[in-house]
Amino acid sequence: MAIHPKEHRIVLKYADEPGYTPKIESYLEHGGYDTLKAAFSKKPEDIRDEVKKSQLRGRGGAGFPAGVKWSLVDRKSGKPIYLVCNADESEPGTFKDRQIIHKDPHQLIEGMMISAYANDCAKAFIYIREEMPHGARILDEAILEAKGKGFCGDNICGSEYSCDLVVHRGAAAYICGEETGLIESLEGKRANPRIKPPYFPAVLGLYQCPTIVNNVETLCDVKHIMEMGADEFAKIGRPNNTGTRIWCVSGGVQRPGYYEVGQITLGELVNDICGGPLPGRSIKAIIPGGSSMKILKAEDRYKGKNPDGSEYDWGLEDIPLDYDGIAAAGSMSGSGGMMVLDDTVSIPAALANLMAFYSHESCGQCTPCREGSLWLKKITTRMVHGEARPGDVDLMKSVADQIAGRTICAFGFAVAWPVQSYIAKFEDEFREYEESLSNPDTDRTSIKELACNHG
Amino acid sequence: MNLKPETIALIEAAIPKYPEKQSAVMPLLHAIQKDIGFLSNEAAEWVANKLGIEPINVLSVITFYPFFRQHKIGKRHIRVCRTLACAMAGASKVCDKMLSEFDAELNGVSPDGEVTVEFAECLASCGSAPVMLVDDELYENLDSAKATDICNKIKAEAKNA
Ligand SMILES: Cc1cc2nc3c(=O)[nH]c(=O)nc-3n(C[C@H](O)[C@H](O)[C@H](O)COP(=O)(O)O)c2cc1C
Ligand code: SF4
Ligand code: FES
Repeated sequence: MAIHPKEHRIVLKYADEPGYTPKIESYLEHGGYDTLKAAFSKKPEDIRDEVKKSQLRGRGGAGFPAGVKWSLVDRKSGKPIYLVCNADESEPGTFKDRQIIHKDPHQLIEGMMISAYANDCAKAFIYIREEMPHGARILDEAILEAKGKGFCGDNICGSEYSCDLVVHRGAAAYICGEETGLIESLEGKRANPRIKPPYFPAVLGLYQCPTIVNNVETLCDVKHIMEMGADEFAKIGRPNNTGTRIWCVSGGVQRPGYYEVGQITLGELVNDICGGPLPGRSIKAIIPGGSSMKILKAEDRYKGKNPDGSEYDWGLEDIPLDYDGIAAAGSMSGSGGMMVLDDTVSIPAALANLMAFYSHESCGQCTPCREGSLWLKKITTRMVHGEARPGDVDLMKSVADQIAGRTICAFGFAVAWPVQSYIAKFEDEFREYEESLSNPDTDRTSIKELACNHG
Repeated sequence: MNLKPETIALIEAAIPKYPEKQSAVMPLLHAIQKDIGFLSNEAAEWVANKLGIEPINVLSVITFYPFFRQHKIGKRHIRVCRTLACAMAGASKVCDKMLSEFDAELNGVSPDGEVTVEFAECLASCGSAPVMLVDDELYENLDSAKATDICNKIKAEAKNA
């Protein structure tokens, strides 16, 4: 695959290079593990400071600064500290961690071992979703190779420091991506998320010990921060949005795929890199950061005030493609999973598709989430089947409002945000379904296919 | 429990990897399901005994995770992604094709016992949608023609088995 000139590849630098393999020889030929070796000449707290200085933000969903997360770890408890890599990659629209794991697993191991040393972790885990069986095998083999060369396990790089690394496979439950659900799962239990407070992983995580959970891409970035220095890393992108990000683009564009970029606009990604919409089509809306994030509508203007008082007024394409840019447009960059909806896509049917997902994936602990997601699935499904009832749109809004903010974990927002934002931006389309689609002569084949919910 | 020697080896290797034994529940269940095809109450009791926990702790795990199953399925496990990116790219037709080729119903075992076709949620390969998993193998950029090819391959492999 040719790399687009607008890409800025650091994490995926070698992944698609012809001849590059997941074997340790390939990695070592490309300077692999040199940064880990160098890390042992530094004090752990200096590495932590460097990561903090880089302003690296988490790539898994919430965008929390990694250095700050590390500084919250309870180091006085006397308990072991654990490092967990979140490789659950199950937010619909996201397929970046898959590339790293399958094509360059040693980069992740190096990033993890640097992070583990920096935080004095006793043991490290990679939680990988069940549906990536080859990925789990590749990681297992890579860990064995790394142990053989002293880059993982006992006395890493000849130092006093030892850290084992264990791959743990999930079993097809989305909620295992939520960090406290993940921890429960790793303890051998149902993946029911824990309530915060008191269960902040940094204090009461795995086995009630301080635990760091970071995404695959975040941990790879740590390696690059230590290699190029925090200042160089921070020069890519703007302050508070430093480094590259891997965007996963799917849906109605000519060249869907994964693209690692520095500071560009949403339009540059979708039009220049991905080739814009398919011939004869136009873009209707974009879900910017995984299916849980609020939708952005093509014709809207995105206006507001910057922190410095200046004003912005963007079209969809002008939105800066980073955490703060997408937040300023009213959504979130989330996991970097961007779904492009073109003019052939029915928004209520797309919502019906996602509500079937969320109601299937709710862990069931909180009544508003369990019952609400099921209701939303039922209402959106009957809309698609031409059986909408008067008042359904308002009912959906009310159900979503009763979920958001009233649950144990952020899954509640993930259910509510699509409903709230799709209705806010495309209310006419929903009202039309509510009113006119009960006509028995309407051909519903394509919207039923899009809802793709035979249940 | 009549487990293959390689399953026992996997199980014995998994337990010491964790600071606490209960963490090995999932790897043990994976190993047993791969060997026997599903997870019986006997299996749950066996795992509980092995890890020094109660059978209910194992059963609650089996019933929580969609991948763990308490019943037999077809020889090949086909999972067609149904989530938005795949649905926009035609997942529904692909699934229908798989079902009709094997005369199967969604989630059921085909009459020849060869396959079980299910929907899966986003398989983290949306850039090459629509996709499906056949056991451990991911197939990408599918359409009806490719789905037919995959069915033919499965049928041929069944004959040669
Ligand atoms: C419902 C839900 C699903 C999530 N799924 C994932 C996931 O698949 N991968 C991931 O890295 N983070 C996921 N997260 C975010 C994690 O909870 C956690 O914030 C993240 O792994 C922290 O890593 P980071 O700071 O490096 O981004 C999810 C969060 C929620 C609420
Ligand atoms: S919000 Fe939903 S997924 Fe999260 S803990 Fe509650 S029921 Fe479970
Ligand atoms: S929606 Fe099918 S792989 Fe993501």
